[in-house]
Amino acid sequence: MSEQEWPLYEVFVRGKRGLNHVHVGSLHAADDEMALRHARDVYTRRNEGVSIWVVKAADITASSPDEKDPLFAPAGDKVYRHPTFYTIPDDVPHM
Amino acid sequence: MNDDEHSTPDPNDQHGSVYDGLLGTDTSQWAFGTDFEDPLAGVDTTVPDDLDAGELATYCLALGDDALVMSHRLSEWCSNAPDLEEDIALANIALDLLGQARLLLARAAAADPALVPALPQGSPVPVEDALAFFREAIDFHNVRLVELPNGDFAHTVARLLLFSTVRLAAFEKLATHRDPVLAAIAAKGVKELAYHRDYAGRWFLTLAQGTEESRRRLLAGLTDVWPLHDELIRAYDAGPDVDVILDQVFAVSAVERPEVGSMTGRGHTEALSRLLAEMQVVARAHPEGLW
Repeated sequence: MSEQEWPLYEVFVRGKRGLNHVHVGSLHAADDEMALRHARDVYTRRNEGVSIWVVKAADITASSPDEKDPLFAPAGDKVYRHPTFYTIPDDVPHM
Repeated sequence: MNDDEHSTPDPNDQHGSVYDGLLGTDTSQWAFGTDFEDPLAGVDTTVPDDLDAGELATYCLALGDDALVMSHRLSEWCSNAPDLEEDIALANIALDLLGQARLLLARAAAADPALVPALPQGSPVPVEDALAFFREAIDFHNVRLVELPNGDFAHTVARLLLFSTVRLAAFEKLATHRDPVLAAIAAKGVKELAYHRDYAGRWFLTLAQGTEESRRRLLAGLTDVWPLHDELIRAYDAGPDVDVILDQVFAVSAVERPEVGSMTGRGHTEALSRLLAEMQVVARAHPEGLW
């Protein structure tokens, strides 16, 4: 019997009050449908979720820590890109 | 190390649940789950006059016992399932059924208090716990299908498919029962059982069409539980729609209905006594215990 491991999936859950899907963890499953159900069982047991996304970890292209400086450092001194010169009214949510 | 920082939270703390502090006042934090519902909220719990309370009690007892015993068998998979994810999935199903058992046993006790075993004066044990932990095997009304000892994972899948298919069909009808409490319990259970059936059906297909070994194990499991299929159907008064659904799962899985006869006779198997001995031993040692 082969002891081949199921592929790894990353799980994203949108909560009842959340506006977007948030990465909550990972799990193993044989296929996409099973991954969705495993995600339901593992990550929404405490009444957290209203929507689940799963994606094979192998399908995610991630930036490398080695590229940190060329990718992100150039934005570090450009404070003028933030709309900090406006006053945000108190009743505007999610800012 | 400061012991105070690591002391066990006291559930009776005047300040409420140990989880209260997690959210603070920021309700936009969702990670711990919110909006839990009481399935009996707003339901009139008096037994309707036009119902036979004894009959209702016996019926709720049987439905509750099925859930309780099946839940216990599933909980035996804890830390033993083939994968961490399946371990949690089976525990989730067990907890769904335990919740059904609690509500149903409490309803049975409310409809006929004479069913509840006598406990020492002043015992804080609630009626549903008294029914679960202080009855003998002979007083349990569950079907034999749920008490069979666990086999392998495929055996559990075959049993769960039969059980959840039949119970779901019955609960769909019970959701309009004249007893509003039983109707509310059934309405809640339908959503749970629909997932259990989906879970079992998918695994049934996967194992049947998987490897030679997985198919062999599934067929062995199905053959083992099938003799108790008839008793299950009769206990739940299930109609032909159940057979249609089972036949669909069998067809897509290329599995024939087993050609084994029904297990005859009445009464429980020895397996129930062993199960109850383990399940009840702690509660019985402390009949005045508060959990």
